Amino acid sequence: MKRAWNLSIEAGFAVSVFAFLSYYFIFVRWPLTRDFPWANLLLFVAGLGLALLGVVRAFRQPKRYQGKVRGPFWGVFGVLIFGAFLYLNFWFSRQMPSAANAPAVGQAAPDFTLPDASGKPVTLSSLYRTGQRDQWVLLIFYRGYW
Amino acid sequence: MQEQLSEFQRRGVQVVAVSVDPPEVTLEHIRKLGFTFTFLSDQQHAAIRSYDLVHGTPEEGPIARSAEFLIDPQGIVRWRNLTSDYYVRLRPEQVFAALDHFGR
Repeated sequence: MKRAWNLSIEAGFAVSVFAFLSYYFIFVRWPLTRDFPWANLLLFVAGLGLALLGVVRAFRQPKRYQGKVRGPFWGVFGVLIFGAFLYLNFWFSRQMPSAANAPAVGQAAPDFTLPDASGKPVTLSSLYRTGQRDQWVLLIFYRGYW
Repeated sequence: MQEQLSEFQRRGVQVVAVSVDPPEVTLEHIRKLGFTFTFLSDQQHAAIRSYDLVHGTPEEGPIARSAEFLIDPQGIVRWRNLTSDYYVRLRPEQVFAALDHFGR
C-alpha cells in the first residue's frame, strides 16, 4: 500500500513561517494586533499543531504515513521559529534604557530650541502658556529613522 | 494622533513630535502621510539627552526611546508615558483620559 505523503508536516512549517513574517509585514499596522501579537500566536498554534499532527501520524501509523525523518526535522525548525518570535516580541522589544533621569511628573520640562520640518527654529517654552486660553503641550519623542 | 488632532485642539493641547531625523526627511514623510502638527528635528540629540531618552544600537547611532510628556501651561510635566515595549504605541485615548483627570 502506498503511504500517504503526510504533507501536514510541511503545511505546519509553512504556517509557522507565515505566523512569523506576517507580524512584521501585516499585523504591525493595527494597534489591536500589534500591541499584543495574539493573531500570530494563534497562527503559531495552528502551524505547530499541524506539524505535530504529521509527526504523530508518521510514528503511530508508519504503514499509512511517511515522514519519520521529515516530521521531526521540520517540526524542530518550526519550534525554533516560534522561539525566535517569542524572543523578539517579548524580550528583545522590551530592552529599553532605564530613562531614570527623564523628567518626572511635577518636574519642569527641560526647554530646547529645535528646527521644525521647514527649518524654522521652535522653542518649547513658547508653545505652552497661561492666559485667556491656557495652552498645554503633548511632547512626543519618537524613534525616527523614517 | 493626527486623526484626533481636532480633539487635542479643542482641549487646548498642542501636539509636538521630536526625533533625530533631519528636517528634510521629516518634511517628506509628514507630507506623504498628511501630518499637520509640529515636528522638530533633534539631529544632535541634545533635547533627547536632556530628557534622558537616548536609545539605539552602536550601528544605528543614538535615537530616542519613545516617550510622551504632557506639559501644563507653566511648563511642568503633569503626565508621562515611557514606552516599555517597542511595539506598543501610545493611543490618544490614554492622553484624553489623563486630560480628563486634569479637567481639560
